[in-house]
Amino acid sequence: MSSDLQDLYQEVVLEHGKRPRNFREVEGANRRADGYNPLCGDQLTVTLRMEGDVIKDVGFVGQGCAISRASASLMTGAVKELTRAQAEELFELVHKLVMEGPAGLDTEALGKLAVLSGVNEFPSRVKCASLAWHALRAALEGKASSVSTE
Amino acid sequence: MSGIPLDVARIRADFPILHQEVRGRPLVYLDSAATTQKPQAVIDALVRYYTHDNANVHRGVHALSERATQAYEGARERVRRFINARDAKEIIFVRGCTEAVNLVAQTFGRSKVGAGDEVLITAMEHHSNIVPWQMLCQQAGATLKVVPVDERGDLRMEHLDALLTERTRLLAVTHVSNALGTVNPVREIVKRAHGKGVPVLVDGAQALQHFRVDVQELDCDFYAFSGHKVFGPTGIGVLYGKSAVLETLPPWQGGGDMILTVTMEKTVYNRLPYRLEAGTPDISGAVGLAAALDYVDSVGLEAIAAHDRELLEYGARALEGVPGVKLMSRARERSGVLSFVMEDVHAHDVGTILDRDGVAIRAGHHCAQPLLSCFGVAATVRASLAMYNTREDIDALVRGLHKVREVFA
Repeated sequence: MSSDLQDLYQEVVLEHGKRPRNFREVEGANRRADGYNPLCGDQLTVTLRMEGDVIKDVGFVGQGCAISRASASLMTGAVKELTRAQAEELFELVHKLVMEGPAGLDTEALGKLAVLSGVNEFPSRVKCASLAWHALRAALEGKASSVSTE
Repeated sequence: MSGIPLDVARIRADFPILHQEVRGRPLVYLDSAATTQKPQAVIDALVRYYTHDNANVHRGVHALSERATQAYEGARERVRRFINARDAKEIIFVRGCTEAVNLVAQTFGRSKVGAGDEVLITAMEHHSNIVPWQMLCQQAGATLKVVPVDERGDLRMEHLDALLTERTRLLAVTHVSNALGTVNPVREIVKRAHGKGVPVLVDGAQALQHFRVDVQELDCDFYAFSGHKVFGPTGIGVLYGKSAVLETLPPWQGGGDMILTVTMEKTVYNRLPYRLEAGTPDISGAVGLAAALDYVDSVGLEAIAAHDRELLEYGARALEGVPGVKLMSRARERSGVLSFVMEDVHAHDVGTILDRDGVAIRAGHHCAQPLLSCFGVAATVRASLAMYNTREDIDALVRGLHKVREVFA
């Protein structure tokens, strides 16, 4: 396998893609948003339970490729117990990571999410990696309508 | 069938784009249902036209305009001959298949479809042959009805007669499914529709590059296709219409050659085909399309069709040998497309890994979301073939799929 493919499909990505964490609707969710990628038809729904300004629980359901499922799975792990502002900061960081690569980014703040760094070598897959994050942001903003990667 | 096998090596030599490395590997182009590559003859025709003949058509009195007009109208005659239309005025140049369908929806539709009427399509249509009819039905207060597809990928013809009612104003059907490769029994469909007085539009975008199409033999009222899917340039397409039907259509877009005289009070519209071609047309596109049709005829559509069948069979067998691969279509007659899913691996991931080996396929819903929903999948991998493809291309695809399985093991 070529090295950029190895970077894209790191073991953690494959594992999360196969067995995504928090692949469920959150019980008692008070925020939700759908994410849709019209290019491939992938669709997922992110649900949140917010207590005040803090994300107490987060889950996702839907269908997508390994990258979008892994990114969604890692996202649910990363944003639990974060405030809305912290989650939005993380969104910006992940967005930069998949768009521009890891150079100059605070990789410590990214934690496990750093495994998504390989995506930036694959422009056609950036939307896959960011779908769940767009849906998260829409849910945090309390938008009822679905978001699209377009 | 000519019985003469295609000299694929010679054909490949005519397509300069095929001779390159992608991601450090020789390009394997299996996405011709999206767009076909162009032979040198088409590229040369475009260069020649812009180098020597470029001018606007129909109104200049100078030599270049005469030449451009001759080339443009010559292309119309070339298309007529290719699909065996009765008259060159039945050939309307448009931007592509999508525009051809929209033209019919907005002219025929505007004049013939009213509240309570019905338009019939099939579950196999791609978005370009669904959305224009949805738009029309919404505008007119009409209802869109759909002929279903069975699990093999064939139209459920037994539903057709019941779906053709006294309110049906038009039936629109694809000749070949872009997502499954199913070849529909268009002649039979037209016969049944005409039996109830219903005109038929055929979307031929995926047909003309694979086998001979004779619009008189099909007896369809409209036939739409794109130049770029039959080895011609992008931006040019054709709407064929029986002249008796085209004559009844109101004008569509206003301006340019569709006009005979204009006063501030009134416009007198031009005759066919000009009445339906507003503005400066895609002259170079028409010239390139004519060169493409010349090329196809020089190879021979019978030999191309035989090659297509042989490769499809070889491809289906080869794909079935890959663990976890499931072919989507078992339709009785198929052309040009191998559409499949891979167990536990999303089509997009398959596409990315294949691309790293220089293998170009399409992953997704192929703009046929309703059809894929019928099959319970959101996306498939589509390898689509053209005359320049070889068994080696299929072998490269299969090698790539084994690699996909390794990654996702």
